[in-house]
Amino acid sequence: MSELEVNNLVVAFGGVKAINDVSFSVEPGEIYAVIGPNGAGKSTIFNAISRVYTPQFGSIRFQGQELLNCEAHEVVSAGIARTFQNIELFENATVLDNLLVGRASKVRTGALSEFFFTPRVRREEHEHRRKVEDILDLLDMQHHRYEKVADLSYGARKNVELARALCADPKLLLLDEPASGLNPEETADMSFWLKDIKEELGVTIVMVEHDMNLVGRIADRVLAIAGGEVLAVGNVTEVQSNPTVQAAYLGTDA
Amino acid sequence: MQVLFKTNYDQDINYLVDRGERVRVLLALALALIAPLVVGGYFLSELTMFLVYIIAGLGLMVLVGFTGMVSFGHGAFLGIGAYTHSVLLGYGLPFFITLPAGALAAGLIGAALGRAASKMHGFYMAIATLAFAIVVETGIGAWEHVTGGHMGLSVPPMAAFGWEVTAGPLQYYLILALVVFCIWGVANLMRSPTGRAFVAVRDSETSARSLGLNIARTRIKAFFISAMLTGLAGGLLSHLVFYLSPESFGVNESLKLLLMVIVGGLGTITGAIFGAVFVSILPNLINLLQNFLPSSIAEAAGLEQLLFGAIISGFIMFEPEGLYGRWRKLRLFIETFPYYKRATFTRQKRYLKTERFR
Repeated sequence: MSELEVNNLVVAFGGVKAINDVSFSVEPGEIYAVIGPNGAGKSTIFNAISRVYTPQFGSIRFQGQELLNCEAHEVVSAGIARTFQNIELFENATVLDNLLVGRASKVRTGALSEFFFTPRVRREEHEHRRKVEDILDLLDMQHHRYEKVADLSYGARKNVELARALCADPKLLLLDEPASGLNPEETADMSFWLKDIKEELGVTIVMVEHDMNLVGRIADRVLAIAGGEVLAVGNVTEVQSNPTVQAAYLGTDA
Repeated sequence: MQVLFKTNYDQDINYLVDRGERVRVLLALALALIAPLVVGGYFLSELTMFLVYIIAGLGLMVLVGFTGMVSFGHGAFLGIGAYTHSVLLGYGLPFFITLPAGALAAGLIGAALGRAASKMHGFYMAIATLAFAIVVETGIGAWEHVTGGHMGLSVPPMAAFGWEVTAGPLQYYLILALVVFCIWGVANLMRSPTGRAFVAVRDSETSARSLGLNIARTRIKAFFISAMLTGLAGGLLSHLVFYLSPESFGVNESLKLLLMVIVGGLGTITGAIFGAVFVSILPNLINLLQNFLPSSIAEAAGLEQLLFGAIISGFIMFEPEGLYGRWRKLRLFIETFPYYKRATFTRQKRYLKTERFR
């Protein structure tokens, strides 16, 4: 059974169909890249999966569960975490606190016991912290632990966002342009980490990415879309050599 | 400058790990404990008032500072707490029941307001809370057979089973204990998931939601806790003013509370305390000032409001981090002398951030 199955998805804003009858499926443990020119609807697909938008038609099944029955804040408990194209971090908090918020879906204590800070709260805090430290180790960013996000560089913030999504223990990661704004060195690091995440944590990754170099290096399969419709699915070379994909990016001869 | 070498996660969880901080807090506590032995009468009542404002400021800080929602209506919660407490006390219930009852009443009404305002932002929330303050003030005025309306309500003594807490050291210590309890509780909240959720909702709703936080519920929770603390402060306040009237819990009082948290420094517990110091000293300062001003200005109506407004705008423009921010800068200046750089606290321009989901 596929990990994520999107069937006949339609997302419309008034008369504009941002996504028109898109279907695809992602297998467990693969890195699945979504590419397409600007305005193709890549982020709209992400926002539909993470339930920021409600599609007009279609279904989104994750491990057999229908996501359209979830609220936006319930998606993460189903096992899907995401990052944003324009970094959405808690700027006035430290990296550590940001990552601890990533554990929000695993919190089992209530405000009352937290007001009195019962031993159980402390025990759970330790557990969250241990998990957060694992992620810090994995992404090699222990030295940023106590820094305020507002003091970090753009590249470091991208990593914090990835780390925060991982703290939620997801089975599926939605990465919206993980390498945008990163220099070649940082992009290379990112590609190693994404492979690590896939292999060590067994997380399935769906990513929107423009850097074809990165996509070529790590993606198992690529979905190309334009104008809200699927152009091609396949491995990187197949998709890149597909004439309709080339036409969408480069235009056609008059 | 000392560097903490951390070897245990508890060092990040516990309070007062830093030695200097520990000394300062203990000193402040000791000072608070011996104060009634040193001062008396007028100053003690001013000090008690200051303690009560710490609780109220703490309440508003939870909402404005930590959760990022502005409230122009917290005076109303002060009023709800004060009236509930006083009216129930009038029925002969012991104060240790009526005080929590007042807090709970304020908290529940706060949660209801939070429910209504949970989808609002910025100006809209400011207007909604302002309207709420006016409605409550009018409501208290109109509900004459319970609240005494605009004739006012005289506050029964703080009593339980024939035993009475009168104004003076005993009352002071009781309120001090409550202040310490509230500060401890709020600090506990802020180091646990709920506190982090508040900050998360303040800084980025979009990602807070994607990480599994129910925005509306978090905001209602913040409103509940905030209103409850302010209601508790209201109950205590009633014994310091002796006589309740709806006007004393109007928009002016709300503005005073807001001034307090902004001047103190948004987003920190210490800020609420600094703000309370400021608000308790300000009326005295204004009184002092009036002695020096020509009588045409000193007796002009609205002088106090004018100064309040001027001070709020001054802080927003020149020191958004409030007195607490000033204090931090001063400390760093001393610690790193003579290498202090002004640029340390200059925020760089934010990276592109839009309201759109992209």
